[in-house]
Amino acid sequence: MFDIDNINEIWQTIARNKTRSLLTAFGVFWGIFILVILLACGNGFDNGLRSQIEGFATNSTFLITTPTTEAYKGYQKGRNWDVNMSDIEAIEKKIKGVDKVSPIFSQWTYNGENNVFYGTKGGNFSLKGVIPNYNEIDRCKVLYGRFINETDIVEARKVCVLGKKAYEDIIGTDKNPLGLMIKANGIYYHVVGVIEAYNNKVSISGSINETIILPLTTMQIAYNTGDKFDFFMFTTARGYNTKDLQTEVKNLLRERHDISPTDEGAFVCFDFEEMFTMFEYLFLGIKILIWIVGIGTLLSGVVGVSNIMLVTIKERTREIGVRRALGAKPSIIIRQVMAESLLLTILAGIVGLVLGVAIMAVVSGFVGNTPSDDVMFLDPQIGFGAAIAASIIVMLSGLLAGVLPAIRAIQIKAIDAIREE
Amino acid sequence: MIKLENINKTYFGAQPLHVLKGINLDVTEGELVSIMGASGSGKSTLLNILGILDNYDEGDYYLAGKLVKNLSENQAAEFRNKLIGFIFQSFNLIPFKTALENVALPLFYQGVNRKKRNTMAMEYLERFGLKDWAEHYPNELSGGQKQRVSIARALVTSPKIILADEPTGALDSKTSAEVMQILREVNATGITMVIVTHERGIANLTRKIVHLKDGIIESIEENDPDKMDFTKEIK
Ligand SMILES: Nc1ncnc2c1ncn2[C@@H]1O[C@H](COP(=O)(O)OP(=O)(O)O)[C@@H](O)[C@H]1O
Ligand SMILES: [Mg+2]
Repeated sequence: MFDIDNINEIWQTIARNKTRSLLTAFGVFWGIFILVILLACGNGFDNGLRSQIEGFATNSTFLITTPTTEAYKGYQKGRNWDVNMSDIEAIEKKIKGVDKVSPIFSQWTYNGENNVFYGTKGGNFSLKGVIPNYNEIDRCKVLYGRFINETDIVEARKVCVLGKKAYEDIIGTDKNPLGLMIKANGIYYHVVGVIEAYNNKVSISGSINETIILPLTTMQIAYNTGDKFDFFMFTTARGYNTKDLQTEVKNLLRERHDISPTDEGAFVCFDFEEMFTMFEYLFLGIKILIWIVGIGTLLSGVVGVSNIMLVTIKERTREIGVRRALGAKPSIIIRQVMAESLLLTILAGIVGLVLGVAIMAVVSGFVGNTPSDDVMFLDPQIGFGAAIAASIIVMLSGLLAGVLPAIRAIQIKAIDAIREE
Repeated sequence: MIKLENINKTYFGAQPLHVLKGINLDVTEGELVSIMGASGSGKSTLLNILGILDNYDEGDYYLAGKLVKNLSENQAAEFRNKLIGFIFQSFNLIPFKTALENVALPLFYQGVNRKKRNTMAMEYLERFGLKDWAEHYPNELSGGQKQRVSIARALVTSPKIILADEPTGALDSKTSAEVMQILREVNATGITMVIVTHERGIANLTRKIVHLKDGIIESIEENDPDKMDFTKEIK
């Protein structure tokens, strides 16, 4: 189809009317250009939002106890209750499909006063008692040392892991924090690690960067709460339904704590999966919308190409008739018209694609591609797959645009051109 | 070479027009025939049928021994491309192609490669004294030059037969004489030639003059063009 002779033939007809060819091509150029820009922007927002939840297990559920709302087994309604470590063991043992469970003991910051000190330097940070599983749900980057481990829990060691900001504020980045002693709410702890959150938007009870992480058992002893804690999180194992698991977990807890089987008010359950799924749908929706708008714009370009080529064909009646008289078969005429439309569209499409990608690369350079706290727009570029898809769409539109003109062209008989008026 | 038996053709326009009413004609190989008649007598219609550019309603048309009837578009294209060369009154050169490209075009449709095409086209242009005009576009050529280009184009595929519809209709008398001289020389190489004209002077330069009137052949006149004096005006 595209040997040198054909290209020559096609190029002659395209180049013969440069202005019109340019105008024709502009529609397709614009369609692809808009599509690329829209897709890239969509990706920018997608990346931006994703960076905000990076590291957080999206299949997790958060559960906190609240006073009961129904009287049951001789207990009044409005009774306070707490989950404890044996509940966690029971959940892990009895409910299949629960992957990781992470109990959390949270100590909020005291009304703005400094409560954590290294030497004389202090800061105001919240404390959080966790087990190693915590790092499976709210994943963090370990900057120094390590996270809380199993031995810390078993031996209730007086160790801590500092959030990045806590480390910077009270110790300072010029010092290796490992092995240093800090004082938190009056008790001394050995620093065994420093961590940083992957994101700063999704977190459990305050940013991890501004938190002192302690072994759960250590904190339970320090605050004399036995084996109780404030709330827990669990993740769903692959292949299990989060909603079903939530029901099972609630039922188990009701049974263990003499709560009415119909009491829904005794828990606050937050389903991260549901929220993230909603976001996924939102993005899918945006993406579909972008493709519809983009392809719509492109289609109007295609209609433009088709239309102008129809006019061109009409003007070329005599020329095409002469070609037919000289022995051009219908297939050759079809091929030529299609190739013309294809070449025009592909050239315009490539220019649109390249320009779109180039512009978004520049924009991306300004916006940057590293997550930061308040940027919701990140690395707005289209992927390789989308670029390929766009190219294929361009080719298909080229063929599509050529169909009507080609049909019109083969309807021209040699006799129509030869007739002397 | 050409055999027409009872050819009938009606144009179905606003009202049907029976243009050819039973044409019987034989043209043997190497003949130089002219078709004469008043304007509207059906000369072009007949020639278009001969050139397989148009179809007929009744009768049989044999070209080089083959019945030309109900051909597919592809077959018709192939016949035209291989057997027939066309020369038109208004030349029908493609305006955005050079003389060379115009002459080479029929070879393109035969699938001849570019180099060979151009060499052959150049040979024919040279033969008609147009070597220096090969790279010129039709609008840079005079009427006589244009017609010589189109003769070259008609001949480049070595057709069996040349069909010319008023080939001198757009030319002045001196140029007409030159063009007719060329056509006679081409005929002399053995190529059958049918020329449509309404000018007696042109018809006089052919060996056989077919007089067409009201859709039938009125008479066929034998003629000896060598008795004619070419230096004289032919119009
Ligand atoms: N496509 C057509 N449709 C209807 N009438 C036509 C068509 N072509 C030619 N005619 C008519 O047929 C008659 C013969 O035309 P034509 O063969 O061109 O005559 P000539 O070439 O002898 O002048 C004319 O009256 C012309 O108007
Ligand atoms: Mg005529």
